[in-house]
Amino acid sequence: MSDVFPKWTNKLPGKVLIGALLLGAGVTAGLTYYFTPKYTRVGYQPIQPVAFSHTIHAGQLGLDCRYCHNGVEKSWYSNVPSANTCMNCHNQVLKDDPKLALVRESAQSGKPIPWVQIHKTPDYVYFNHSVHVNRGVSCVHCHGPVNKMDEVRHAKSLSMTFCLDCHRNPAPNLRPPDQVYNLDWVPPQNFAKTQGAKFVHDWKVNASQNCSACHR
Amino acid sequence: MRYFLLIFLLLAVAVVSIAGFRGSISRKPPIEVFPDMDRQQKLRPQEPNAFLPGGISSQPFVTGTVPRSAARLVKGELVASYSDSPLRDSPTFTGRVAGTTNMVDTIPVPVTEKLMARGRERYAISCLPCHGAQGDGNGITKKLGMAVVATLHDKRIVMMPDGELFHVIANGRNLMGGYGQNITPQDRWAIIAYVRALQLSKLGRATDVPAEFQRALGK
Ligand code: HEC
Ligand code: HEC
Ligand code: HEC
Ligand code: HEC
Ligand code: HEC
Ligand code: HEC
Repeated sequence: MSDVFPKWTNKLPGKVLIGALLLGAGVTAGLTYYFTPKYTRVGYQPIQPVAFSHTIHAGQLGLDCRYCHNGVEKSWYSNVPSANTCMNCHNQVLKDDPKLALVRESAQSGKPIPWVQIHKTPDYVYFNHSVHVNRGVSCVHCHGPVNKMDEVRHAKSLSMTFCLDCHRNPAPNLRPPDQVYNLDWVPPQNFAKTQGAKFVHDWKVNASQNCSACHR
Repeated sequence: MRYFLLIFLLLAVAVVSIAGFRGSISRKPPIEVFPDMDRQQKLRPQEPNAFLPGGISSQPFVTGTVPRSAARLVKGELVASYSDSPLRDSPTFTGRVAGTTNMVDTIPVPVTEKLMARGRERYAISCLPCHGAQGDGNGITKKLGMAVVATLHDKRIVMMPDGELFHVIANGRNLMGGYGQNITPQDRWAIIAYVRALQLSKLGRATDVPAEFQRALGK
């Protein structure tokens, strides 16, 4: 038999195999790294129409989240405040500052400030703020240290895994109700083991893992 | 093979340098990889809506109405209300003596320990930034540019009927904005109860304290 296949083709199957494996591994790694909410969402920080800073208002002034987000403990939805809320203070503080021009205009005309929404679950997900914050789940778990953010960014993935990781074992993430709005609170040692478990028992916490809890 | 490996490596470096790492700041909205039913034709609160007046989906209350969620009397306790209920004109919602424009003198709901605790919490959220923890008008905003903040220990305010305080909270006065949209009537009374307690703390005398607690004062 003459050489139908030259000699180098002997190694070809091996090379093709290694190449395919490498490609497969690379693509898989890339997809798992880049195509999940941990990459697509985390770090999203849109430019807001007014340079509002949580560091100043929630951090330095120590305003309670509920001064502005006053729906958070009553409804599923945590509202962004109207311009009137800002004007309670800014009718005296920085009264003529150009940074607040849009706020003054909005309070005058009643036309809302076009804040860009950052956290947004898909429409097929049912989420509820009040059920969480009234059961000792703090804002930091899902939004990160907002009181230290000059501009709010998407800090957690808010993917289904993220929700379920806590729903499977909520005890370590619960805190006393009066510390829910204190984002800097650090649990004392052994708190999760002793108190967390006690909260789950006393409040009859039932963080459902049924599909119908979140997809209704 | 060498070329393949080289290209593979270059490609990996290119992807990482273009796409960056997890958690890096991005100004662009997140990509929805499989946008199946992520965004549906449904209404969300506070989103623009061309159908409604002003294009605003979260419309303000119609004047003179009480939202269904506000309050209803169940076994002597306020829980939720309906705008057509007789409650709408009761002092609890208006701060006025029913049928007149006179302010009620005292808090028309039972003042309990629970109401007091609620009042303390709500005061800390809504009033403390300006009026201060003691109600003396020295809140944090005073240091940062609020020139005029009333002290709640002013004699005029101590003498004010409770109904008038109710109105100040709901509608504001002079330089103070109203909090009617944020604070339910029940919570307004709770805050008033707490403000009264704050005022008493400055006006009280040692002899007002029940005898069994006087020793604790060191008298
Ligand atoms: C002075 C009013 C005010 C206070 C107090 C305040 N916020 Fe906000 N918050 C806003 C405004 C206005 C926005 C919208 C603009 C923005 O995103 O920066 C906002 C946006 C947010 C967002 C992002 C919303 C989105 O679009 O997804 C989160 C999360 C948030 N706030 C959490 C908090 C937490 C937690 C606290 C308490 C520590 C707090 N806020 C206190 C006014 C306030
Ligand atoms: C409790 C009072 C209070 C409320 C309510 C409030 N602010 Fe402020 N704001 C302040 C104070 C105090 C400062 C700091 C002034 C200074 O630095 O001298 C400030 C500063 C600012 C600044 C300037 C920040 C900078 O970089 O200098 C902006 C913009 C602003 N506020 C927007 C808002 C908006 C928008 C709202 C409503 C969501 C709001 N504020 C509600 C008290 C308030
Ligand atoms: C269990 C997780 C969780 C906790 C705890 C939580 N949030 Fe949220 N938050 C979310 C999710 C999920 C969304 C997106 C909801 C949606 O799809 O509209 C969101 C949205 C928001 C928004 C944006 C609403 C909008 O439309 O612009 C604000 C503001 C907010 N949260 C404030 C708070 C505050 C303040 C607290 C603490 C008192 C808090 N959240 C606690 C998960 C949480
Ligand atoms: C840090 C912990 C934590 C995280 C994160 C969390 N949850 Fe929860 N969730 C709880 C707890 C605890 C309860 C139970 C409250 C109770 O028993 O009253 C709960 C209850 C709920 C309920 C009510 C279930 C019912 O039976 O009605 C829904 C819906 C829900 N969560 C959705 C979500 C979604 C969607 C996310 C992700 C965006 C999420 N949760 C993330 C702790 C968490
Ligand atoms: C604790 C709340 C929760 C529970 C329980 C839950 N899910 Fe989800 N699910 C979510 C959230 C949040 C998302 C959106 C994830 C995202 O956008 O990254 C989601 C997304 C999904 C998706 C779409 C994924 C995609 O990217 O298209 C499917 C399918 C799904 N869930 C199925 C289920 C099934 C089946 C169950 C029951 C075994 C279940 N879920 C239980 C919260 C939940
Ligand atoms: C944003 C700052 C701010 C907040 C928050 C605030 N106030 Fe005031 N308040 C003021 C200012 C400023 C005045 C002085 C108004 C004037 O005389 O022009 C005032 C005046 C008052 C007065 C006296 C009214 C009069 O007849 O002179 C009362 C009573 C009062 N506030 C109660 C409250 C209560 C109760 C709360 C909580 C629900 C509250 N305030 C929250 C700023 C504030």
